[in-house]
Amino acid sequence: MEVDITHYLVLSGILFSIGLFGALSKHNAVGILMCIEIMLNAANIAVVAFSRFLVEDTVVLTGHVFALFVIVVAAAEAAVGLAIVITLYRNRETVDVEKVDSMKG
Amino acid sequence: MEQLGTGESVAFWIFAVLGVTAAIGVVAVKNLFRAALLLVFCFFTVAGIYGSLSADFMAVAQVLVYMGAISVLIIFAVMLTRDLRHGNPFNRGWAWALVICAALMGLLVFVFIDTSWPTIEATQVEAVNQVGKDEATTSAIAESIFDKDFGFLLPFEIAAAMILAAVIGAIALVRDK
Repeated sequence: MEVDITHYLVLSGILFSIGLFGALSKHNAVGILMCIEIMLNAANIAVVAFSRFLVEDTVVLTGHVFALFVIVVAAAEAAVGLAIVITLYRNRETVDVEKVDSMKG
Repeated sequence: MEQLGTGESVAFWIFAVLGVTAAIGVVAVKNLFRAALLLVFCFFTVAGIYGSLSADFMAVAQVLVYMGAISVLIIFAVMLTRDLRHGNPFNRGWAWALVICAALMGLLVFVFIDTSWPTIEATQVEAVNQVGKDEATTSAIAESIFDKDFGFLLPFEIAAAMILAAVIGAIALVRDK
């Protein structure tokens, strides 16, 4: 079965929904960060698919540049996010997001 | 609508099925370390998807940055915050999250299938921003980023400054007081 842009976008939507479900339904902060990475990858698949299928038989590189910047931001986000999780574990002995609620109103 | 050749199509189906399975595994597996390893495999399948889209540089960047750097960070964090008794369980609101995400998935899939995605002519895109589907994209991406008129020089410099700020911030967060 030959694939076109619809297949890639459906794959991207499915991966994004799985990542969103994981991010909403987990206790562990590291698990939530892992699911956020899945969501960023799903968005990147959609961007690269559009850059391939916008013009026939041609790759429009603007989409690749955009996806590269997303990768850069994701790397920075992972570094800072995991540093926060490790600091949290050192101070509170837990990575359970439901037990870290001192700012809850 | 443009369709890919047989080789790309076979690659797409293999990597798509493996990637979705690995992503479900990341969410469903109890052991957080195994979830991290499945996440690395999911990153690899996304690199394969990039390959099927003629995005060779993106595939290599995915392997280097995600499988190389981010997965090491995540596995370090899993090891340093080892919580074997609890693992990676679902919270109280997981049923609501499942309903909302299933509805979102259905809506997204419906919209993606129902829309007829238009294409444009090659003349409507600047020549520096396009390359044929059978050519290597690495040098073309460099020319596209560093082009004087249509390039991304300012975002590139800002990205460099942001990475530096993120690294310094991460060190400041975890150092001993």
